[in-house]
Amino acid sequence: MAPLLLVSVFVIATCGLIYELIAGTLASYLLGDSVTQFSTIIGCYLFAMGIGSWLSRYVNKNLLGVFVEVEILIGLIGGSSAALLFVLFEHIYSFHFLLYFVVTVIGVLVGLEIPLLLRILESRFEFKDLVSKVFSLDYVGALFASVLFPLVLIPYLGLVRTSFSFGMGNVLVAFWMLLMMRERIPGYRWHLGTAAIVLALLSAGFVYSERIMSFAEASTYPGKVILSESTPYQRIVITEQSGDVRLFLNANLQFSSVDEYRYHEALVHPALSAHPSPRNVLIIGGGDGLALREVLKYPSVAKVTMVDLDPEMTRLFSTNALLTALNGQSLLSKKLTIINKDAFTWLKEQRDNAGGGIYDIILIDVPDPSNFSIGKLYTVTFYKLLRSVTDEDSIVVVQSTSPLVARKSFWCVTNTLKAAGFETAAYHAFVPSFGEWGFTIATNKPYASPKSYPSGLKYLNVETADDMFHFAPDMAWVETKIQRLDDQALIHYFDEEWSKYLIY
Amino acid sequence: MKITRGQFIKGGLAASATGLFSLGSLRSRLNAAEPPTYPGKMIGASHQLGHLLRQSNLSRASDELRARVVVVGGGIAGLGAARRLMRAGIEDILVLDLEEEPGGNARSGVNETSAYPWGAHYVPLLTEEARAVRRLFEDLGIITGKDARGLPIYDEYMLGFEPKERLFRFGRWQEGLVPAIGTTPEDEAQYRRFFSLMNELKTQCGSDGRRLFAIPVDESSTDPHWRALDMLSMEQWMGREGFTSDLLRWYVNYACRDDYGTVFSETSAWAGIHYFASRNGQAANAESDDVVTWPQGNGWLVARMAEPLGPRLRTRCLAMRVAVADGGVIVDVWDANESVARMIRAEAAILATPRFISARLLPNAIERMDPSSFSYAPWAVANITLDAMPEGKGAPLSWDNVAFDSPTLGYVVATSQELGMKPLSTVLTAYWPLSHKTPSEARQDALGRSLDEWQRIFADDLLNIHPELSGHIRSIDVCVWGHAMIRPVPGFIWGEARQRAREPLGRLAFAHSDLGGISLFEEAYTHGVRAAEHVLTQLSVNYDSEL
Repeated sequence: MAPLLLVSVFVIATCGLIYELIAGTLASYLLGDSVTQFSTIIGCYLFAMGIGSWLSRYVNKNLLGVFVEVEILIGLIGGSSAALLFVLFEHIYSFHFLLYFVVTVIGVLVGLEIPLLLRILESRFEFKDLVSKVFSLDYVGALFASVLFPLVLIPYLGLVRTSFSFGMGNVLVAFWMLLMMRERIPGYRWHLGTAAIVLALLSAGFVYSERIMSFAEASTYPGKVILSESTPYQRIVITEQSGDVRLFLNANLQFSSVDEYRYHEALVHPALSAHPSPRNVLIIGGGDGLALREVLKYPSVAKVTMVDLDPEMTRLFSTNALLTALNGQSLLSKKLTIINKDAFTWLKEQRDNAGGGIYDIILIDVPDPSNFSIGKLYTVTFYKLLRSVTDEDSIVVVQSTSPLVARKSFWCVTNTLKAAGFETAAYHAFVPSFGEWGFTIATNKPYASPKSYPSGLKYLNVETADDMFHFAPDMAWVETKIQRLDDQALIHYFDEEWSKYLIY
Repeated sequence: MKITRGQFIKGGLAASATGLFSLGSLRSRLNAAEPPTYPGKMIGASHQLGHLLRQSNLSRASDELRARVVVVGGGIAGLGAARRLMRAGIEDILVLDLEEEPGGNARSGVNETSAYPWGAHYVPLLTEEARAVRRLFEDLGIITGKDARGLPIYDEYMLGFEPKERLFRFGRWQEGLVPAIGTTPEDEAQYRRFFSLMNELKTQCGSDGRRLFAIPVDESSTDPHWRALDMLSMEQWMGREGFTSDLLRWYVNYACRDDYGTVFSETSAWAGIHYFASRNGQAANAESDDVVTWPQGNGWLVARMAEPLGPRLRTRCLAMRVAVADGGVIVDVWDANESVARMIRAEAAILATPRFISARLLPNAIERMDPSSFSYAPWAVANITLDAMPEGKGAPLSWDNVAFDSPTLGYVVATSQELGMKPLSTVLTAYWPLSHKTPSEARQDALGRSLDEWQRIFADDLLNIHPELSGHIRSIDVCVWGHAMIRPVPGFIWGEARQRAREPLGRLAFAHSDLGGISLFEEAYTHGVRAAEHVLTQLSVNYDSEL
């Protein structure tokens, strides 16, 4: 019986430290500045433990019952703390308040544990033995937790499941007490019932932790999530932080309003300004309307066809005031026809059935080739199809990921365009939120850079444009395989190159 | 150990290592409480119509037809034979098939979601020896030309798209079908030895200058040393060569079940090796392990081969008896369309039917037909229509998706040849060679099961891997193939029975993939062409051989 209580000391000590570590890790992860977060979380937690210890003097009867109830409460609150904080992160006004509130509550409860236990055990041991046993076990538990946490728990369970499983630890201690000392605990059945309910909740949380986390955008996005929507095709998330509006598709950054002009000017103008008279423009992807905003700066453009798979994208960017302010209401232009279909299928139908027509300019502004589905729009088969709707003067531009981070991927786009019969001209621009970013022009005759650009551009002029076509040795041309439908070499290059970059 | 952002939060490194709670098993237990029944239908080789063959009380023919050549059987061999005859100018032909649709085990179906296969669903890049098939592929535009080196250029829309294969094991998907997770250094050493041996054999020729393992089979080297492998089982051969790795043996057994519907302990070692060492087709724009495929599988080829036949193709017509008469052949037919018996007189005939059918059609030649030497594997195939896409941890949804622990071969995704980025609904074709019992026992079991039982078997198998598909199954159609394919059991491929079986009886020639000993499109088609050319010779028609 007494050894049992001592084992409980070890368990609750381990759990207690784990909650502290979870809170500190989570705070530095979500809020940044880990030194400050860890210091203030530990300080707050220890102070709250002090409050708990002080409060223990007001517990005068039914020590065992109160102890059991404290364990169940720690299990519930501590166990669900990680999931709770993640899920609520972007939904509440003051995350700091919530965070420190949760930390304080857990701290107070943990602070109650040891004094209560000491008093439960006081009649069974001599005082000097009791203090030495309880505190040494407390510190051993702390060591155990602090080694286990970074080496095993985080890599194998993750924060959320770690938190749920240690919550279960506390509840199991309560169970154990209840079963061993049922005759000495008034209201034994009631305690047993609550313990069972909490244990069931924590188990469910553990099992469904991935589901729970899918509600928690916080794990993926910096800034405040102001809009998030799941469409059948993708997850659209828009965040805002200090005036910087960002669009994420499936958690990948598409633009930041602070520097998107660099990307979109670089995507659009080297092609449109080089064409003698661009009239008929095709945009594949680009449902945010930002490339279109640049295209509409050319008065010669009479007709723009935009093929974007997801109707929700084009609807959002033509109706939401924050977003139409960014794209200058370009999606409402009378020159524009929006086609919400799959680009490959649509283009093939156009060519097979109606001859497809000829486009002066084709802009391909689709997400990076990060999976086999989007990879189809980078294949030689697709480029051949594009070539069938171009003429001598047509200019195609493809956003082609970063030549610095993903050098093989970038040049794979060039090499594939060449294999489809195009002449190519590769260039790059620095976009701070993306890094060094690459584009590829494809033409049927050698590309000649424009003598002038529209006035009022923020980034591009003849001089910057000249620089863009030079590649430093660390991102110069390399030989690659060709991206084909039956062998998507580009996806493998991209995966390999970016995975090295994303691990930190 | 470096930890990525995602793993940091979700702890994905060893989600299953906890072992305490498995979402999958929990959910499937919940599902078992309320067994769903699905809309669907049972498709099958027309057993009832087919079993008329066993009855001898033929009704008297009510009318008589004439044709220069009759082809019995509208599978690939029969359609190939008919095509060869037409190309030689013999247009007065009749092709009979007892099913409503031609194609044999290359048949396919279609619903509002997609076209899908009922059996054979791809052809590997053609080997040099598959000359007749190559001509077909050129005619159908599958091969569009040659590059400077003379290598065929395949239509890139028909080459199997990536990602092609994935394997489900330990709760997650890996790329490719060779088990890659949890392998020991010994497993890996054996993989390397096995696959480098197979790659060597791919290009190796015998003393007669022919490749050791060719497609068609009869183009292979006659060296007795290699043919002797036909007397061993694949399992025995692996034991002899020291291939003891359980994972490698799983993979080879999988391959034998996949291509031959037969476990590796009952498959000839020659055939088992043939699976790995024969496919060395070259192309200008594809790798030699590539395939050509279509949403409806080889049904695409069936439709194009059947189309030029027009009314010459008669479906729901069951040949009851074939007799060789002076200077010609007489075929008694039961026409189920009009419920009449007919007699067809022809100058020649081709029996493009499996051996056990050919033997029943020729009751007087039963001894010579020797049907007992030919063994066939029963299969069950389900087409499962979904209003959601299968997902899963790890490697993305592929064309061919196999679960390590499932008795089935997994499923093929009909929409994987779609150009669109993200189909929202699809049809999965789940294949199950019934190789766990003897063919006749398994066949009895299979034919006795109701549609509902089959649906539950296939649905459980799918939901076990994909709990997220619960509630997304729109229908399950099932086809039971009593005799899906010839089994290359030890001694069959290079034994006498097969060699004798291809010999014609005067103006009656035989054509079927079983004559090749393995059930491949190339075998069926080539035997069709060979039989047709025999008939052309008999009819004294001039032709340039396509073989």
